[in-house]
Amino acid sequence: MTGFLVQQLVNALTIGAIYALIALGYTMVYGVLRLINFAHSEMFMVGGHVGFFLLAAAASLTGGPASVLVVFAIFVATFIAVGLLGVGIEATAYRPLRGASRLAPMLSALGVAIILQNVVMLFVSRRPLPFPAFMLSMSFDVFGAVVTLNQIFIVLFAIALMVGLGWFVNATTLGIKIRAVSENMRTAQLLGINVNTPISLIFFIGPGLGALAGILYAGYYGIVVFSMGFIVGLKAFIAAILGGIGSIPGAMLGGFALGILETFGGGLLPRLTHGAIGSEYRDIFAFSVLVLVLIFRPAGFFGESVTEEGMVYKRDF
Amino acid sequence: MRRQAGTRTGRLRAVAIVALVVAGLTYLVPGLPTYYVRVIDMVLIYVLLAAGLNMVVGYAGLLDLGFVAFYAIGAYSYAILASGQFDIHLPFALVLFIGGGLAGIAGVLLGIPVLRLRGDYLAIVTLGFGEIVRLLMNNLTWMTNGPQGVSRIDEPFLFGAGLNTPQDFFRLLLPLVLVALTLAWRLERSILGLGWAAIREDQDAARGIGINTTIAKLLAFGLSATLGGFAGVIFAGLQRFVDPVSFSFWESLTIVLIIVIGGLGNLVGIVVGAAVLIVVPELLREYSEYRMLLYGCALVVIILLRPRGLIDRRYNPAWLIRKLGWR
Repeated sequence: MTGFLVQQLVNALTIGAIYALIALGYTMVYGVLRLINFAHSEMFMVGGHVGFFLLAAAASLTGGPASVLVVFAIFVATFIAVGLLGVGIEATAYRPLRGASRLAPMLSALGVAIILQNVVMLFVSRRPLPFPAFMLSMSFDVFGAVVTLNQIFIVLFAIALMVGLGWFVNATTLGIKIRAVSENMRTAQLLGINVNTPISLIFFIGPGLGALAGILYAGYYGIVVFSMGFIVGLKAFIAAILGGIGSIPGAMLGGFALGILETFGGGLLPRLTHGAIGSEYRDIFAFSVLVLVLIFRPAGFFGESVTEEGMVYKRDF
Repeated sequence: MRRQAGTRTGRLRAVAIVALVVAGLTYLVPGLPTYYVRVIDMVLIYVLLAAGLNMVVGYAGLLDLGFVAFYAIGAYSYAILASGQFDIHLPFALVLFIGGGLAGIAGVLLGIPVLRLRGDYLAIVTLGFGEIVRLLMNNLTWMTNGPQGVSRIDEPFLFGAGLNTPQDFFRLLLPLVLVALTLAWRLERSILGLGWAAIREDQDAARGIGINTTIAKLLAFGLSATLGGFAGVIFAGLQRFVDPVSFSFWESLTIVLIIVIGGLGNLVGIVVGAAVLIVVPELLREYSEYRMLLYGCALVVIILLRPRGLIDRRYNPAWLIRKLGWR
């Protein structure tokens, strides 16, 4: 039994780490623009594909599996590439709509998501592509559970990134500007901050982190496909809500929390109900969590307590 | 709602034009190739759906991203109550009311816990609710046959005649849609509709002047869901097959898009929006591979150019009717 629980915990933390990285993108964008960036899930997907091609290119150049340095370089390159994509999308599809109704940018984001998915589907590949493993396949026996090096790497790497982001947002001027703009854009402007810079930076970092999550996910499951963004993205979004949308530590915690809830919920339900409810209900579980959180505590873990008046940012349409 | 002194001829003229158009459609459309009639049928079903969602989104200002759930409830009601699934074969008209009723109840049940939520939070919860319903349809295999769907659904019989061709359905849908639109139009101008408008503009102030926002919101959810259920029952009868794939988040979004792109809250816009959003992908069928890509591009472009929708709020049915001569 211990082995089973430890295994579930490790699995939960691994997928939770990935959710957390993606959730950061959602939460930062929502925090500053009150926009649910539907296109973010596609950043995750694009990141996976960019990583795929860079790894393939590296492999063909060196004729063998990539070294640690090369893999690191690929991570950096993917981060930058997808980050720039995010900045570009913000500039073309969201910025012109900044003053318009709440619904318009959301629909624009949707359009962008459709475009990205279909561009990859049509011009890259319709079928899943096999993602090369960039990690030595080593595994350890921990209390009866099998823990792979890959899983440890994902969790540690994600935590490192999150710590890095936390430092950046708290200790650097740019980071503080980001927090200022998230808290209250008007006041930040009154203080002389040019809001476009922090906003563009948010759209650089968020998608970048999502892209790295894409590479980690692809390396873990071994494939990339144009449709991988949708469900994972939606779950990461639920994680962001769970943690308190708009809160960076919230997204981090929410990601891990959702990973745990989902894995243990999906893993234990069959045992508890003797097979009556199977683990396909994992997804329903996640959505039920979403609905329950929003009904009973919309602010999530770390969001500011949301009052009914506070939910209306400005007139909806 | 100012009413200028009108002439009897003016009103007669407007009525005559509308009647002529309707009669013309009823006569001409069934003569078109079956494929076109089928597309028109789908447009009408989506107009029905959009008219329903419009009550919640356009009139009351509550963003519902999970409307497809009610569509699904209606469709599966007919699929379960009139097919070989459990060997129950209830008549179409009866299931229409059962399906609509069940959907309406579901709408109210959704409305109760979300009364306190606003804006994005409401949107997300409704999104989750829609997804939960779809996943339940997918996983409750003993009732819904899961991903395989329910096939061999009975042919609907209405007033003794069977509805088995798209032309038959057109003759059913056109009057139904007109009635629904008229009802929606009247509802918008009723006390309830004014209450909805107040909630849309400023919910707290509405409460302050004594509008029972709870009842108004629950009625919005319930009535819109009922319309969605009706549309679902008809859809199941038309297609004779339902599966969870037709009831995804994407459908909810399409209906929201119809309302937004057509012009929020505007019934004329809904018809235009439904026509655009159903017909254009069909036209692009030749480029079927690139269809969705073009759809996405078109969406972004339209939103960037006209964030408030294609049809301005001014050009509502009242404007249309005045143009025809009714003053």
